[in-house]
Amino acid sequence: MHAAILETMKERMLPEGGEACVSHRTLVLTVPPECVFDAARRLKAEFAFDLFLDVTAVDWLGQTPRFEVVYHFYSTSHKIRVRLKTRVPETDPVVDSLVALYGAAGFMERECHDMYGIVFRGNPDLRPILLYEGFEGHPLRKDYPKRREQPLVAFRK
Amino acid sequence: MTGPTVDTHIDAVLPNPIRPAFERGERDDEVVVSIGPSHPATHGTVQLIAALDGEKVARVDVHCGYLHRGFEKECEDHTWHNLIPYVDRLNYCSGLVNDFAYCEAVETLMGIEITPRCRYLRTLLSEYSRVTDHLTCVAASLMELGAMTAFLYLVMLRDYMYEHLADLTGARLTYSYGRIGGLARDLPEGWLARLAWILEQYHEFVGRIHGLLDRNRIFIDRMRDVGVMSAADAINWGFTGPMLRSTGFGLDLRKDAPYLAYAELDFDVPVGIKGDNYDRYYVRMREMDESVHMIRQLVDRLPEGPISVDDRRCTLPDKKLVYTEIESLINHFKLIMDGPDAPAGEVYTAHEAPNGELGFYIVSTGGGTPYKLHVRSPSFVHMGGLHRLLQGYQLADIVPTFGSINMIGGECDR
Amino acid sequence: MDRAPIPIRPVNSRHPAFEYFSTKKDELVGWARKFSLFPYPFVTACCAMEFMAVSSTPYDTDRFGAALPRFSPRQSDLLMVVGTITHKQAPVLLKVYEQMCEPKWVMAFGACATSGGFYQNYAAVAGIDKIIPVDIYVPGCPPRPETVIDAIMKLQDRIARAHHPIVTETF
Repeated sequence: MHAAILETMKERMLPEGGEACVSHRTLVLTVPPECVFDAARRLKAEFAFDLFLDVTAVDWLGQTPRFEVVYHFYSTSHKIRVRLKTRVPETDPVVDSLVALYGAAGFMERECHDMYGIVFRGNPDLRPILLYEGFEGHPLRKDYPKRREQPLVAFRK
Repeated sequence: MTGPTVDTHIDAVLPNPIRPAFERGERDDEVVVSIGPSHPATHGTVQLIAALDGEKVARVDVHCGYLHRGFEKECEDHTWHNLIPYVDRLNYCSGLVNDFAYCEAVETLMGIEITPRCRYLRTLLSEYSRVTDHLTCVAASLMELGAMTAFLYLVMLRDYMYEHLADLTGARLTYSYGRIGGLARDLPEGWLARLAWILEQYHEFVGRIHGLLDRNRIFIDRMRDVGVMSAADAINWGFTGPMLRSTGFGLDLRKDAPYLAYAELDFDVPVGIKGDNYDRYYVRMREMDESVHMIRQLVDRLPEGPISVDDRRCTLPDKKLVYTEIESLINHFKLIMDGPDAPAGEVYTAHEAPNGELGFYIVSTGGGTPYKLHVRSPSFVHMGGLHRLLQGYQLADIVPTFGSINMIGGECDR
Repeated sequence: MDRAPIPIRPVNSRHPAFEYFSTKKDELVGWARKFSLFPYPFVTACCAMEFMAVSSTPYDTDRFGAALPRFSPRQSDLLMVVGTITHKQAPVLLKVYEQMCEPKWVMAFGACATSGGFYQNYAAVAGIDKIIPVDIYVPGCPPRPETVIDAIMKLQDRIARAHHPIVTETF
C-alpha cells in the first residue's frame, strides 16, 4: 500500500523544475521556493497529509543557493510521511508561510527564522522564540561561532 | 519609601528578554499579567502573558525558549556517540526513549540492524520510560492542584523505578544507555525479578490514585470541560501523543508504523472522549496500564543473544581484544576519536515518545559527526497550540491545563 | 553589681561579655535559621526531577526543615537554582535574587548551574556564579538526592557557624 501511494504521488506531484526520490522509505519532493505553498496545499487537499510535523533548514555554506528549507508532513489516514525541500539563496531567504494551511506552522516557522534567518512571508508573528530580544545573528548558521555568547546580564567581577 | 523605586530600578537596569504580543488588553478593564518564567505552574521555563477580564483569560501569548541550550549547535561539534548524553536531556523524564529514537535514526542512516535481544530490551525500556514520564506528569499536575498525597505516592513509585534503572544503566535520570548498534550493557542479575516486584507495587500505588481521584467531585469539577480541544483542531495544531488521543483520535506510531518490537505485542491504545484535562489525565493513566501489560509480555518473550550488533563500524570491540590485537585497538581509537563513520544522506525517524511524536532529522555529509541534527519535539508543537486551550477559561484553570500538557522544557526549547 | 551596662551599640566591641552574648545569640539565631530554610526552587531543567525526588519520600528534606517551598522571593531565603540557566533566563534569575531579602543563600544545584555543564555554547550561562554569588555548589548531572541532602547539611553547618547581625550591624 505504501508503494502504490508513493508511486501515485511521484507521478502526480512531480513538480515543474523539481524532482522526487525515495530516501529511506520516505518520499522526498524538491520544489522551487515559489511552489512550496502550492505543493503543500495539494499534499493536504489531494493526498490527506493533514499533520504538519516540522519545518527546518539546512545551511549548505559555500553552495548557492545556501539554505535548504525542509518540511515534513504526515498523513494520518495513509500513515506515511513525505519530505518537501526547497532551496533559497542567502540574499533573499524568503519562502511562503504555511500558517494558512496548518496552525502548527506558526511556532515552527518562528524557530526556523530564529535559528537560520529564513523569512516566512505571510507569518504574522516572526518574533524570536528560542532566542531573546537583542540577539544578533542566527546561531545555527555555519558561520556563527558556537561559543559566541551575547549575555543580557553583565557578568560579576 | 524605597519599595517601588527599588523595583523600577531593577526594571530599568535589567533587560526584558521577550517582546510581548500585546502590552494592554483590548478593553480598558483588562489586566495584563505575566505568569512566568519562574513560576511553579509553568514548570519554570514558560512565560504566559495573559490579558485577564476579571478571572477569565481573554488572550494569552506563550513565550518559551527560556531553556534553549543550543542542543542543535552542539550536535555539529560532537561525534555520533558523544551526542547520546545530549539527546538524553531532551525529554529528561523519559530519557531512554530519546536515546533509542536517536540511535535508531543513526542506525537507519548507517544501515545497521540491531539484534533481537536489543530490539526487545529497547521496547521494554521505552515502555518503562513511558511509565516514569506519565507518573511524573500526573504527579506534578496533581500536586499543582493540591493533591499532595497523590504526588507523594506516585513519586515514591517513580523512585523505585529510578533506582531500578540506576542498577541497569548507572544513572537515575539521564541514562545515556543506548549505543549505536545496541546498548551499553546487558541486564544485571536479578533485574527482572525486581522488575516484577515493581510492577506489583505499580498496581497498588496507581490503584490508590484511581481511588482518590477518579470519582472525586473536586477533581472532576476542576478538570472536566476545561481545556477542551476537538480532534480536527488538534490535528491542525500538530498535536500528537496523549494530547491528540484524548480528543478521540487514535493516532499512535506504535500501531500505525510499528518499530522495534511493537508489532509483536498485544496492546490497546486508549483514546479520550472530549479532549479536556480529565481525558488527558485518564488517557495517561490507561497508557501506563497498557505499558505495564506490554512490559510483562516482553519479559516473557525476551530472547537470549548479544546486545550489540557485531559491526565494526559502530560497536566498540571487546576490551580484551583492544589490549591484545592491533586492529581492535585502532578500531576502538577511531570509533572514539572520529566517531562511527556514517554515509552521506538524510533520514527522519520518529518514535512514539510519551509526549507525542519525537522525530530526529539527521543530515550527514559522511564522517563521524552530523552535519545537522534537528529534533521534532512534541512539546514545542504543543506550545504552539496552547493558547487555544487557555483562552476563554479561568486564570486558575491555567494550572491544571498546563500540567496536563506535560511540557518538558528540555524538549520544548532544545 | 556596679559594672557598666552593656551597650547595645558598643563603641568598643571587644568587651568579653558582649562577645559572649553575641556568640550565644549567633548560635541561637543560626540554629533557628538553619532549621527553617524556605527554599525558592528556581527550577528549569532535568535537575527538577531530582529536586522533586529529594523533596518527597524517601529522601525527605522536611527532616532538615527545608521542605516548604515559597514561590515568592520575598518569603524565601534559600534560592535553589535547579537546572541550566540560559542567557534568556539570566535577567529573570538576577531579578529574583535581588528581590529576596537578607539573609539569603544560593545553592547551585547541578552541573549546569555550577559551571554550565556540557552546554558550552552561545545559549547557556557557564555557571550562575557569573551572575549571582553562590554559597554552595552541588555537582552531578543530575545530583543524586543524597548529594543534595549532603549539600543542605553543609549549608546548615555554614549557617550555624556564621555571624548573624540582627539588631545592629555588629550584634
